[in-house]
Amino acid sequence: MTNKLKFFISIGLVLFLSGCKLVIFDPKGSIAADEKDIIIISTLLMLIVVIPVIIMTFLFAWRYRASNKKATYMPEWAHSVKIEMVVWTIPLIIITILAIITWKSSHKLDPYKPLNVSGEPITIEVIALDWKWLFIYPDENIAVINYMQIPENRPINFKITADAPIWIPQLGGQIYAMPGMQSKLHLIAHEKGSYDGFSASFSGPGFSGMKFIAKVSSEKDFLNWVHLVGQSQDQLNILEYNKLAKPSENNIPQYYSDVENNLFKTVIAKYMMPVGGINKNMEKM
Amino acid sequence: MFGKLTINAIPFNEPIIMLTGLVVAIMGLVIVGAVFYFKKWKWLWNEWITSVDHKKIGIMYIIVAIIMLFRGLADAILMRSHLALSAGSPHGYLPPHHYDQIFTAHGVIMIFFMAMPFMFGLLNLIVPLQIGARDVAFPFLNSLSFWLFVVGAVLVMLSMFVGEFAATGWLAYPPLSELAFSPGVGVDYYIWSLQISGLGTLLSGINFFVTIMKMRCPGMNLMKMPIFVWTALCSMILVIIAFPVLTVSLGMLALDRYLGMHFFTSDFGGNFMMYINLIWTWGHPEVYILVLPGFGIFSEIVATFSHKRLFGYTAMVWATFVITILSFIVWLHHFFTMGAGANVNGFFGIATMIIAVPTGVKIFNWLFTMYRGKIIFSVPMLWLLGFLVAFTFGGMTGVLMSVPAADFQLHNSLFLIAHFHNTIIGGVVFAYLAGFTYWFPKAFGFKLDEKLGKMSFWCWTIGFYLAFIPVYILGFMGMTRRLNHYDIASGWQPYLIVASIGTLIISLGVGFLVVQIIVSIMKRNQYRDKTGDPWNGRTLEWSIPSPPPFYNFAIIPKVTSRDAFWKTKQDMVNNNMQEKPHYEDIHMPKNTGVGFMIAAFSLVFCFSLVWHIIWLAIVGFVGMIACVIFRSFDNEIDYYVKADEVEKLEIEILNRNR
Amino acid sequence: MHTETLSHDMENFQHEDSGSKIIFGFWIYIMSDCVLFASIFATYAVLHNNTFGGPPAKELFSMPYVLTETFILLTSSFTYGLAMLAMHKMNKKQVISWLFITFLLGASFLVMELKEFSQLINEGNAWDRSGFLSAFFTLVGTHGLHVASGLLWMTILILQVIFRGVNPTTIVKLTCLSLFWHFLDIVWIFVFTIVYLMGAI
Repeated sequence: MTNKLKFFISIGLVLFLSGCKLVIFDPKGSIAADEKDIIIISTLLMLIVVIPVIIMTFLFAWRYRASNKKATYMPEWAHSVKIEMVVWTIPLIIITILAIITWKSSHKLDPYKPLNVSGEPITIEVIALDWKWLFIYPDENIAVINYMQIPENRPINFKITADAPIWIPQLGGQIYAMPGMQSKLHLIAHEKGSYDGFSASFSGPGFSGMKFIAKVSSEKDFLNWVHLVGQSQDQLNILEYNKLAKPSENNIPQYYSDVENNLFKTVIAKYMMPVGGINKNMEKM
Repeated sequence: MFGKLTINAIPFNEPIIMLTGLVVAIMGLVIVGAVFYFKKWKWLWNEWITSVDHKKIGIMYIIVAIIMLFRGLADAILMRSHLALSAGSPHGYLPPHHYDQIFTAHGVIMIFFMAMPFMFGLLNLIVPLQIGARDVAFPFLNSLSFWLFVVGAVLVMLSMFVGEFAATGWLAYPPLSELAFSPGVGVDYYIWSLQISGLGTLLSGINFFVTIMKMRCPGMNLMKMPIFVWTALCSMILVIIAFPVLTVSLGMLALDRYLGMHFFTSDFGGNFMMYINLIWTWGHPEVYILVLPGFGIFSEIVATFSHKRLFGYTAMVWATFVITILSFIVWLHHFFTMGAGANVNGFFGIATMIIAVPTGVKIFNWLFTMYRGKIIFSVPMLWLLGFLVAFTFGGMTGVLMSVPAADFQLHNSLFLIAHFHNTIIGGVVFAYLAGFTYWFPKAFGFKLDEKLGKMSFWCWTIGFYLAFIPVYILGFMGMTRRLNHYDIASGWQPYLIVASIGTLIISLGVGFLVVQIIVSIMKRNQYRDKTGDPWNGRTLEWSIPSPPPFYNFAIIPKVTSRDAFWKTKQDMVNNNMQEKPHYEDIHMPKNTGVGFMIAAFSLVFCFSLVWHIIWLAIVGFVGMIACVIFRSFDNEIDYYVKADEVEKLEIEILNRNR
Repeated sequence: MHTETLSHDMENFQHEDSGSKIIFGFWIYIMSDCVLFASIFATYAVLHNNTFGGPPAKELFSMPYVLTETFILLTSSFTYGLAMLAMHKMNKKQVISWLFITFLLGASFLVMELKEFSQLINEGNAWDRSGFLSAFFTLVGTHGLHVASGLLWMTILILQVIFRGVNPTTIVKLTCLSLFWHFLDIVWIFVFTIVYLMGAI
């Protein structure tokens, strides 16, 4: 038994030492960094109760074992105002502090709130398709599948639709993408590199291959890349989009120059109204 | 004629399924053959299938729960080993469609067909005994509930061999579960198995609520009830309020799929976020439905094995009540990422973390029950200690995720998976296994083997940490749930291998549990409980022989304080007087096969709806209604056990245990 | 003789006791049914504007027709009340006749509802037209289904009263059905207000 135990512990150690990539604790953008801080602060706060509880569990169990004749035994003792005060108050205080943190952070890190930083924001429209990601850069008039590039230190405004949450752990949290609805996400990256993006909500057979690379580059490289994509022979008009929207798995990145006007809004609106009613509805959006 | 059902529904091309099917079929044949060989049909029908005795129904619930535990565990082993092997290009050994069904089935089975029946089994066994009653309020309804639940379990098992199961995740979120994206019969199996067992659950909920409110023995007012009864009561309140919502959400999904309605479709004005809201309005209370009785079990165990009154009874009751109410206003924390806005998210986050306060109080109360006690480390007590550590930790990760800003990072990652397994295994499963060991002698008249029980406990505990700490870490590494393959470069594989090893150790724990039961049955004479009170217990169930006679209490007890039986024992020490008992006629319900018949027709009904065999569905439906009408005309539903008969039986029991 | 009376007393006590348990249990069931209807109402509230280009509530319903339906159902509740009064007087004949009248009223309510449904379907406004119509048919249909099962139950009770008379067992059953029937009335008032009245505005 003990030998077995040692064996497992050593495996555990090797794993910890082998430098795992805890992406959530290795943020590359201010949103992700704030989220990391909140995880750590909340955990520390809760440990104030959790650690004593675990210690008390073992301490009491050991001290009051039946074979310990020295310990006090009070079979009728079942109430103490003092102890009850303490066990209600301490968790209450901690939860109150946590609640304040929660309320503040929910507002500060609300994904719908534009970031309060300098720099012109870039808008990216994201459509989650079965089972790939379509990124449309409306201002640059380009579109990409399963790949996106952004310049560092500029806020990014995502507008998202379709049906799976989008998640780039190192840049910040998730948000659901829902058909017929538009959700928003505001992120910013402070460090160059390639980060993995995922679909976080199960959406059918091709789900595991539904991921993308988010590349953060310098402003100059970004502009070069936009230019490169603009050279692409493929154009994303409605016909091409309908072809693309058919289910497919494990797609490789693909570039489109020239995107159909208002494609993003059209995709949302088609779930709200039968085709034909679109125009009326578009005015409102 | 047969709707969608053809011979192709049987997955001949999937060797894993066919092999399992073969094993199940052979085991079934052996059991049926054995019943024939020993000519036990009559006994099976008279003593078990038609029984309305709450103790027997309880035992049957637990047997089914343990069988389903095996199925759920097998799914877990398949998933974990698949993931450990699916780094890089060989995408594991399970085809994606099969893998998706497995993780769906694992969740559905573990919650609905393992945890729920285990809970109802323990409730059935113990609640009437603890309140000094001879049966539940509606014994026939109890039998019906059980058999309806069995139909649900049969449907899930059947889906493996005839057709397919849902491949959508355990809550079958639309639009994925809509006909357009899941055209097969999997989701239909899902819907009907949950609807029919959910109906059984709702009936049980009402039954036990009325039992506890109306059938307590004289003197037992609400604040003298054992804590297990209190938690059962609160859990049943949750069942009564939450399960209709499940019925509605699954019903609407069925209407979408069968009649082409547009509740949750993405076009034609449907709104699938509504399903997610509805299902979690049921889903969050559901976890408290499971865990509250678990808290109750541990409250009984900690007092018994510390030989001391439970610390802070009143606080315990209030904490239970607060949790019951709060559990209805937190459902949105399951989808902060919907983007409901900071105020809404903040509100639900804070409501969620407030639940930590009463839960924390409960944990302190258990600790202070041990304080100044005289603790015997029997198996149930070990489960309690394991629970205290695991559940505190799981609670902490839960509160962490209730902070919306943190949840944006942790939602749907493996961190979430680790969290709820942490609370459900560490809380619910540990509690039920503790309760199983604790009350086993009451149900069967002999104790379980201690040594094997301890082995099982250690395997479960060590296996649990080994299986889920890596999963927590994987969550931090950005691995999402329900993936079926991943890149080697992600560095996830070593952790998944460790998690697989953990799963195998848990399986070893389940193995020891089974060996423990077999060994204990073989050594039953050695472990015989002749006193009816093997643990020096405190509540009324220990005041009667083990196993109890079918009428439970020859004389209905009168209660004057909490821990009624403990009090009686102390009074007996003080004045060693025993009056000669005075027996009276006992009014008992008669056995009936109608519950079983209704359930059998409901199986026909649900199965034919899954396969769109309309005429057969009508047959099943009419059969169900006819049975109910038959029952309503039946006046011969009860009888009396005469006083001298009771006396004779009581003396027989005394002689047997001498 | 003595033991016989004793056991007879016991029996009465037991039956009375089980009667109060059944009625209490049925109350609890009705509470859970309340939750069921509440969830469907909530769904209707979410979907009632999602017409997807189809007709909204305003264009669909005829107020006088629905008012007639409402009136019939309310009257049936009243006649059931009269049946209960007769039951307390242990007047078997009156119980049967009032139950029969209640049944007829309930059945005509159901027929009117089905006619309304078939008209909507014939006009091309079936449940698959839009999310709003799905919610409408489900909400009103669920109520209708409850009425239908109430009618079936009533039939059986009429038979039991005819053959077995007004006794403790049938009294308990009549009381439960009474709760159920009044409950359906209350639910209908909500349906009428939320679906038809507010739809017409």
